[in-house]
Amino acid sequence: MSAQDESVPTREVARRVFAREFNDASYTFKESDDDRAPLYLLLPTGERANRVFVVGTLTETEDVGEDSEYWRGRIVDPTGTFFVYAGQYQPEAASTLRELESPAYVSIVGKPRTYETDDGTVNVSLRPESITEVDDGTRDRWVTETAQRTLERIDHADDEANEYGRMAAEQYELDLESYKTMALSALESLDEEADADADTDTDTDTDASPPESM
Amino acid sequence: MSPIEKHRGGSETMSELQTHAAEIAAQFSDHLDVSEAEVEEKLDNLVTQYKVPIDEARRSVTNSYLNEAGLDREEISAGGTEEVLVNDIDEDEQWVDITAKVVDLWEPGSDAISQVGLLGDESGTIKFVSFSTSELPLLEEGSVYRLGNVVTDEYQGRYSVKLNRTTTITELEEDIEVGDNAIEVEGAMVDIQSGSGLIKRCPEEGCTRVLQNGRCSEHGNVDGEFDLRIKAVLDDGAEVHEVIFNRERTEELTGIELEEAKSMAMDALDTSVVADEMRGALLGRYYRITGPTLGRYVLADEFERLGAPTDHEDTLIKARSI
Repeated sequence: MSAQDESVPTREVARRVFAREFNDASYTFKESDDDRAPLYLLLPTGERANRVFVVGTLTETEDVGEDSEYWRGRIVDPTGTFFVYAGQYQPEAASTLRELESPAYVSIVGKPRTYETDDGTVNVSLRPESITEVDDGTRDRWVTETAQRTLERIDHADDEANEYGRMAAEQYELDLESYKTMALSALESLDEEADADADTDTDTDTDASPPESM
Repeated sequence: MSPIEKHRGGSETMSELQTHAAEIAAQFSDHLDVSEAEVEEKLDNLVTQYKVPIDEARRSVTNSYLNEAGLDREEISAGGTEEVLVNDIDEDEQWVDITAKVVDLWEPGSDAISQVGLLGDESGTIKFVSFSTSELPLLEEGSVYRLGNVVTDEYQGRYSVKLNRTTTITELEEDIEVGDNAIEVEGAMVDIQSGSGLIKRCPEEGCTRVLQNGRCSEHGNVDGEFDLRIKAVLDDGAEVHEVIFNRERTEELTGIELEEAKSMAMDALDTSVVADEMRGALLGRYYRITGPTLGRYVLADEFERLGAPTDHEDTLIKARSI
């Protein structure tokens, strides 16, 4: 399940990225000519991602394989949908997708993969290293953490020393402001859920939430 | 450079010089009759006339006063020493105060050393050395002291403190529960590495190596002893930490005890079912783990499963204000 190279100290960090930003990414690159050098997906907010960690709602699974099983899962977060594909080379993940009943909250550790469709658009998907069913607390923590990490990236996107920020500016038509809005909406969506859960409490409190202009 | 910038830069340097001058004058106040103005003039001469960087200028001026007073560098305080915890010491040649218990005393390797041993406070332990030439009173094992003006030292990434002639030693009545240099890490468990779950260890005296396919890398084919262990990776999106759970912590974390793990493996005719079960129960969840470090590993002492966040409101407020 875990590859041997993961025991070396230079293990790649699992980036936190929302579905919308993940799907907006299309540019991949390597840092060296070595065949086995890690492949990175360039995130629009200016970071390289060889691995990501995602928590969301598994809404649908389908075996899209022709000769052998090849499972596709749709994982929804507050901003969009991740597509996950697992086949014979990811047996544990494939069997998890086969067995899970949607909807369910799931955590996925995986590698970004891109493929170009016939009309030239680049689709981004996730090749899972592991998929596990989790609870709503884990999902809410991920949303908060991912919003924090996204905002930090936006904050440092224009830093002099941030070569991936520069690379993103060259590769993508960037609107960093829209990713900031996205991260804020994701955080606000947690509030709305909490308010909905707590609607037996005093209603006036929810109306007193701080205005947008804060 | 425009004249305005030049002026501003100049005044900044002046106030910085004044600060350095005041500190140097304070260091020598017990030994020499030096005024701040005199020190500042010397610093200014080096910095402005000779374009010497301020750190170097400070060093040079300090050395000239040391010579004048016939003192060693160790004999003056760096001014305003700070009370620190021993596990927070991460720089050498810092003058600090510590309050610590003498955990252990070792046999000094040479006549130049009066005492050598281990001091501990709630954050952890650190080696200390006291030199014969400093003529300090001897510390007693098990006693707690406030040590004023010790200087930090580093050797191959490990820190120690040196007592010196200016060190003040005050024995305290209190006791200290000595910590174990623990750190706290937090993040999602993103991997459980091979060598986790139900493992076999080499039974040879003092070996305990984990067997690979029934073989010990030192003792060859042996009849191993079962044990439980988890080697996990905790990832917070910025950093990864490798964490080891020993048998007790693994049992607490997973609810699977050694005997149960053995029968699971027996039923499946395969030990890997244990690790697979643990992966399903642990991966993708968030944990906070504290424990001492060993090389690149954190040895889990305490752990806590983290649920829904409590800080998303703060994040939201902060984010809106950017």
